[in-house]
Parts: sequence; C-alpha cells; structure tokens
Amino acid sequence: MSIAFYLLAALTLGGALAAVLLKNTVHCALALTVAFAGLALLFLQLDAQFAGFAQIMIYVGAVAILVVFAILLTRGSETPTDGVLSRRWFAGLLIAVAVFSVIGWAVLQSTRALPHQLAAPSVTVQDIGVALMGRYVLPLEILALLLTAATIGAVIVAMYEKEGPK
Amino acid sequence: MQEITQSFIPAAQYSASFAAAFLWLIPAVPIVASGVIALLKQPKRKTSATLAIGSLSLSLLLSLFAFAHVVTDWSRSIATREVVNFTWFQFGTTNVDLGWVLDPLAAVMLVMVSFVGLLIFIYSLGYMAHDENFTRFFCFLSLFAGAMLGVVIANSLLLLFICWELVGLTSYLLIGFWYQRPAAAAAAKKAFLTTRVGDVFFLLGMVWLFSQTGTLLFYNNGAGSLEAGALTGLLAQHAGLGLTAAGAIGLLIFAGAAGKSGQLPLHVWLPDAMEGPTPVSALIHAATMVAAGVYLVARVYPLMQAGALTGGTTTALTVITWVGASTAVFAALIAVAQNDIKRILAYSTISQLGYMMAGLGLGGVAVGMFHLITHGFFKALLFMGAGSVIHGCRDEQDIRKMGGLWAKMPLTFVTYAIGMLALCGFPLVFSGFWSKDGILEAAQHWSVAKTPFYMLVFGALLTAFYMTRQVSYVFFGRWRGEKAAHESPAVMTLPLAILAFFAVVLGAIGTPAWPWFRAFLEGRAASFDMHGFAEPGLLALMATSTLVVFLGLGLGWWIYGSKSPRAEEKDALEKAVPWAWAALRDRLYVDEFYSVTVIAFYAWWARVADWLDRRVWGGVVAGVAWAFRGWAQLNRLLDIHAVDGGFDKGCEELSNGGGLLSRVQTGRVQTYLRILALAVVALVAILIWSSRA
Amino acid sequence: MTPLAGYLLVAALLFAIGLAGALTRRNAILVLIGIELMLNAANLNFIAFWRYSPHPEALTGMMFAIFSIAVAAAEAAVGLGLVISIHRHAHTTDLDAINRMKG
Repeated sequence: MSIAFYLLAALTLGGALAAVLLKNTVHCALALTVAFAGLALLFLQLDAQFAGFAQIMIYVGAVAILVVFAILLTRGSETPTDGVLSRRWFAGLLIAVAVFSVIGWAVLQSTRALPHQLAAPSVTVQDIGVALMGRYVLPLEILALLLTAATIGAVIVAMYEKEGPK
Repeated sequence: MQEITQSFIPAAQYSASFAAAFLWLIPAVPIVASGVIALLKQPKRKTSATLAIGSLSLSLLLSLFAFAHVVTDWSRSIATREVVNFTWFQFGTTNVDLGWVLDPLAAVMLVMVSFVGLLIFIYSLGYMAHDENFTRFFCFLSLFAGAMLGVVIANSLLLLFICWELVGLTSYLLIGFWYQRPAAAAAAKKAFLTTRVGDVFFLLGMVWLFSQTGTLLFYNNGAGSLEAGALTGLLAQHAGLGLTAAGAIGLLIFAGAAGKSGQLPLHVWLPDAMEGPTPVSALIHAATMVAAGVYLVARVYPLMQAGALTGGTTTALTVITWVGASTAVFAALIAVAQNDIKRILAYSTISQLGYMMAGLGLGGVAVGMFHLITHGFFKALLFMGAGSVIHGCRDEQDIRKMGGLWAKMPLTFVTYAIGMLALCGFPLVFSGFWSKDGILEAAQHWSVAKTPFYMLVFGALLTAFYMTRQVSYVFFGRWRGEKAAHESPAVMTLPLAILAFFAVVLGAIGTPAWPWFRAFLEGRAASFDMHGFAEPGLLALMATSTLVVFLGLGLGWWIYGSKSPRAEEKDALEKAVPWAWAALRDRLYVDEFYSVTVIAFYAWWARVADWLDRRVWGGVVAGVAWAFRGWAQLNRLLDIHAVDGGFDKGCEELSNGGGLLSRVQTGRVQTYLRILALAVVALVAILIWSSRA
Repeated sequence: MTPLAGYLLVAALLFAIGLAGALTRRNAILVLIGIELMLNAANLNFIAFWRYSPHPEALTGMMFAIFSIAVAAAEAAVGLGLVISIHRHAHTTDLDAINRMKG
C-alpha cells in the first residue's frame, strides 16, 4: 500500500464527504467532481487506464456538469428554511453506518481468501475493443438502446408542457 | 276368553243361557245412550228423552227376561248362579278378571232398579219440562242408570268398584245439577267427599282381598273369592283386634257401603243432597244409589258371614247391626224436627237404610234385601209425591207454608198417603209392615243382645210420628201459602199411582205365610202355608209392631193433625221442649262437629300446603327464575362488554393498526430509500450468517 | 491487509458516504449525488477485483465498470430531468415536502 494510494483515497473520500456535507449545493457538485477525479486517478493506479479515462470523460465531463446545470436550474425556489438535513436524518446515518460495518467486516474477514495478483495486467484498448465487439456485443447494443431511450426520456421529462404547470 | 260357568249347587246343568250371555247389555245400553245424549245440543229435548227412556226400557225388558229365566230355573228347583268371566288384563302371571253374575239376588235388584228408574225417568219428563238443561239431566240420569245396573250385575269386586265410582260421580253431577246455586255446588262436593272417605276403606279391603286370595271375582267355579276355598284361607289368617282376615276385609268393605248408604258417621251428605232436583232425590237417594251399599253388603255376605257357627254371628255382622240400629234411631230423631219436606224424607231414608243394614246383620241377605226392595218403591213414591207437591206449590219446600192440599191435589194426596203408611209399616195391607217385621223378628232372636230390637222398635215409633207430622202439615189444615196450589200433570201422577200399587202389593211376597222372596234368594222351594204364622212369638211381635205404629200415628195426629197451626207459629213440640227441639233441628250437631274437627284439620293442612306451595316451592321456582334472569343478565353483560367490546376493540385496534401502518407510506422518497437500505443490510447479514453457519 | 482489501475498504467507505448522503439530505439533487457516489464505489470495487483477479485478460471487471459508467450516465440524465420536472410542478426540491404519495 503505497503513499499514493492513501493520498488518492483521502482525496476521494474527502471529496465525497464534502459532497454530502456542504450546505451550498453548487459546492457539493464541485466536491463531487473532485471525488470523481480522485476515483479516476485510483483507476489509473489500478492499471485500468481505459476505465479511468472513461471515468474522467463521462463522469467529470458530463455527469458533474449535468448536476451543476440541474442545481442551477432548480435554484430559484430554494429557501434555506429547515436546514439541509431531512427529517429523521439520524436514521439514515445509522443505516449507512450499518451498511459500512457489514461490508467492512465481510472484507476484513475474507482477507485471506481474496485473490492476490501483483503483476500488472497489460490491457490494450484494442483488447477492450475486441471484447466489446466480440463477447460483449449484446450488452453493448442494449446499452446503446438504453442510452437512446434515456436521452429521449430525459428530454421528454424535462420538456416544457404546452399547457404549463400551475 | 269367556267362560260361562255354573256354580253353587252341583245339580245345576249347563244351560246356554241367553240371558246370562247378554246380561252385559243391561248396563251398557243406558251408558251408550248417555254418551249419545252428551253429544246432543240442549234444544234437542225429545231426542234425549227418547234415548234415555228408550234405553232404560230396553234394560227393563232384558231385566224382566233375565228375572223370568231365573224364576223358571228356580221353580224347577235348579238353583242357578250363572257367571260370565273374562280376563281384562294380566301383569306377569297374575290375571285381573272381570265378569257378571246372574243369580236371584241380582235378578231381583235388576228389576227393581230398572223399573223404578224408568218410572222416575217418565216423571222427570214433567218435572224438568221447564228447566233449560233438560238434555244434560237425561244424559246424567242415563249414565247413572247404566252404572247402577253395572253395580248390580258385577261378579268382580273391581268391576263393582268401577261402577260404584261411576255412580258416585253421577250422584255428584246430579246433586250439583243447578250448579249456579252455591248451596247445590257445596252439597255435591260434600256428597262426593264423604262417600270418598268410605271408598278409601273399600279400596283397602279390595286390595287386601286380592292380595290374600289372588282374585277379585266373586264366583269362579270354586276359585272365586267368595267361595269355600278362598274363605277358609281368609279365616285362617288373623288380622288383629280379634278379627280374622275375612272379618277385617268385610268391615273395610262395609265402611265403603256405609259411606254410600249414609250410615251413622258418614250420613251427613244425604240431607244436603236434597239440593238436587226431586227426581234425583227419588232415584238416587231413595231407591237405588243408597241401596247400592246395602246391595254390596248382601253381595259379599259370604265374606261377612264366614266363620259363623250355626245360629251364631261374626264380628263383622255385629258391627253392621249396631251401626245400622244406631243410624235408624239417630236419623229418626232428627227427622222429627225438620221443616223441609225433602229433608224429612232424606232423614227418613237414612233411618230406613239403618234398618236395612241392621236387617242384613241380624237376619241375613233375604231380610235386608226385602226391606230394600219395598223401601225402594215406597220411598221413590214419597219423593215423587213430594216433588209433585213442590211443583204444585210453585217450588215451595217448607211444610209450614203448605197445608190443606188434600183437596187441591187429591191424586198426590192419596198416593202419598199410601206411601206414608207403607213407610210407617201400617199392618197387613202395606208392604212396609212385612219387610220391617222381618227385621224386627230377626232382631228379637238375635243371640248377642236385645238392645238393637228396642232401638228398632223405638225407631218405628218415631217413623210413624214424624211422617204423621209431615202429612198433617202438608195435606191437612188450612192453606198457609201465598198463591194457590194446583194438581200436577198426568205424566207426574201416573208413576205415582203405579208405585203406590206396588207399595201395597209387594208385601205379598214376603209374608211368613208365603216367604217367596226369602226362598227365592236362598234357592229353596216356597209354598203357601198359613202355618208360617204359627212360629213362636211371631204373632206377638206382629201385635207389638202394630201397637207401636198406631201409637206413633196417634201421637202425631194428637199433636199435629187435629190443629192447624199458622205459618209463623212455632211447632207444638218446640214450645214444649225447646232445647231438645233445637238440638234435633240442628241435626244433633254432627255437621258442626265435623266442621270443627275434620274440616278444620283439612283447612289447616290446606293452608300449610298453600304456604309450602307459595313460599317454599314458589320460592324455589322464583329462585330458579331469578337465577336464570341473573344468568341472562350476566350473559348480556358478557356479550356487551366482552364480546361486543372485544370485537369492537379488536376492530378498533385493527383500524388503528391500519392507520399506524399507513404512516409508513409517507410519500417521501427518502423514507423508502431508508427502508430499502435497511432491508438490504438485513438480508446481507442473514446471508453472511447462514454461510458462516 | 492486502492492497485489494484496502481498495475494497475505500470502496465500502465511499459507498457508505454516498448512502448517508442519499438518506440524510433534503435536496433531491443531493440524493442523486449520493447515488452517483454509490455507483462509483461499486465501479471501484469491480476494477479492484479485476486488477487482482487471476485472469485479468478476461476483462470481466473492466467491462462491468465501463458498462456501469455508461448506465450511470444515462441514469443521471433521466434522474436530473425528473428533478427538474418535479421542481417545475412543486416549485421545490425539498424531498420532505414532496409527499403526494402519502398513504
């Protein structure tokens, strides 16, 4: 476990924490971007270059921007009345803690059984391409369909209605 | 199964006796007629009268036929007693048999009962013509006639008892015929209850007899309870108080007879029974029903007489004699001071019944039965005559308000006088003289004591005295009533005439010169023999009784006949001995004695029973009811609070629960998310746990 | 602790943080942010497992992660579109206030 790992982990987690804790939602979105970036770097460290760059391009480049847009578009009626935390936020916190403890415990328990390959895999983009078009062609096509549907759907959902809302 | 058997004298031969086989029709026809009349409506008078009189005429014809048959057999010196027995039911190995008997005793009684009964039925046509319950009267009369005839022919003590009770029932119904009158209703009840006392003893005797001899049949080809075998068995048993079983049973049965025939302690119902219509008094309380007791004693005479040495007597017969003699004198005394025309005759009847019982005890069946037969005729005559008088005086019954009727009602007067003289025992011409003399003669020769003789002679004196008093008040002197009197219609006077004829003529069959009646009953031959009068002491006795009768008649005429008292004036004797008169007029306080002792006792018991019923049993019932109501209330509470409450509560909780559960559906996304996450955690935990285990 | 375990723990923590954010914040968009973080944690898990698996040339983990990223993007688009639509109707993105489905 190298220093780089710890630093990157800290960055990612810090960004994530900030994303969920900050008051200003724009700050949250920007912290999210930081978290995404940290994650991309973690991917790079894990020799998953393609995944890392895909992460940066899609998440940082599109999803984060989308989130910022959405925040900006739904900002007008925000009145900081009752605080940022919802009712019964403690229950949610507890549940999250419970989830973490369960997963963490499982991980720590099974350390010996975990696979352990230290040699870095050499994976080229060509391999990924071949895999995508070969073995995973069906999920790829379905994904394409999904993306199409999602796009259309998002447009329809967010479109202005002619009658106009009351 | 029927068996027609002959018994008694072995020389009897079997005769397919038509009379015996159809003897049962004699009581059956009137009873059936009574049933039919009961179904008729009140306005159907002609139909009911025709049915009643027709049925009794048929019975009379059959009785005459049976009588003729018996007489023929007797005249041929075939002494017969024909018996028809059958089994009614059996329990286990014991049979209960019923049957009827045709012998001289029964034949004579049949003729008397049906003949007198028929005459009274015809008389009732006139007497009850104005009564609105005409059909009911004839229904009861018919039932009575059938029951009485049943008593006569019964060969089984059980059948006799059944008909006996029927007779008692009809007597009750007829005494209380005008039941709207409280006096009549009370008299009917009194009659029934007093005879019931006697009947209890009768039943006891019956049961004892059955248990000892195993049969209730009188004659059954040697196996009957009055036949030699049974009697020896009964004599061998001792029943305490110096009595044998035979004597004890005899006395118990006599107690029943004493109730029905008005002997001394149980006589109280007879005078009150005069509340019924006069034909009822004539038929039931003069000629027939009260004679049933005498007939019963005559029937079971072998039982009473069992164990008597020749010329001697038994305890049972002694008791009967004493009771009879006392009754004769007691009732005659009371009759002297009565003012109701029917009451005098009622007490006279009681007195004469005493004579009959004494006759049975002193001299045997023939002596008592002869007096019964003659008495039946002239007493019925006297009662019907009294009824005619009452009818003619427009329902007046007090003799102090009558008088001088010999001119206004001549037919009634003549027939009444004949009856009165027969009752007094006017010598030679009238039947009463011969029958009473028979009793006196037997009393004179009684081995036990002479006192009954003197009592009976005194009774004869009194009889003549009070009858003269009555006749003087009613028929002689001036008319003391309000409206004028009139003679009765022919339908009433004709039976009077017929009876008067027999009151005279019947004497002929009982004279010592030609003792036909006695011979007939005892199965011997009879012949006319003037030497019968030559019996020692007989003529002296006849002279004595004649003297006594004339003394009584003379005394009566001297005190009452020659004068004509005013209506409100006190009786001559009353003025002379007021205290004695008061005691006699108040019936020697027997009723008052009963009311203080027996009635008071029963009233007390009735109160106790009432208290028990209302407080104790009623309390129990009320308690049970209260408990049930309490239980019902408890159930109601349970229902309201537990069941309903529980149910309602349950539904409420359900509804609340639903409300509670619906709060999970907050409509907020994050709630759902939280629950999802929680569920996932739980599932994962389970998964890990199960894989580890 | 192996490197893999370390990555897994980081992923678990990230997941928990994302879950906490999704369950506790009022704003709808922040819930979506939380969901994105959860998805990313899962991706990290996949890549970590792919890296230390015995046959990385099968590319299973990598493919999974790539597809996941693509789907996440689509989902983010639709989700944010929905949030905008809700905002248009209810004039708020406060999730506590949106309870039309309350039963």
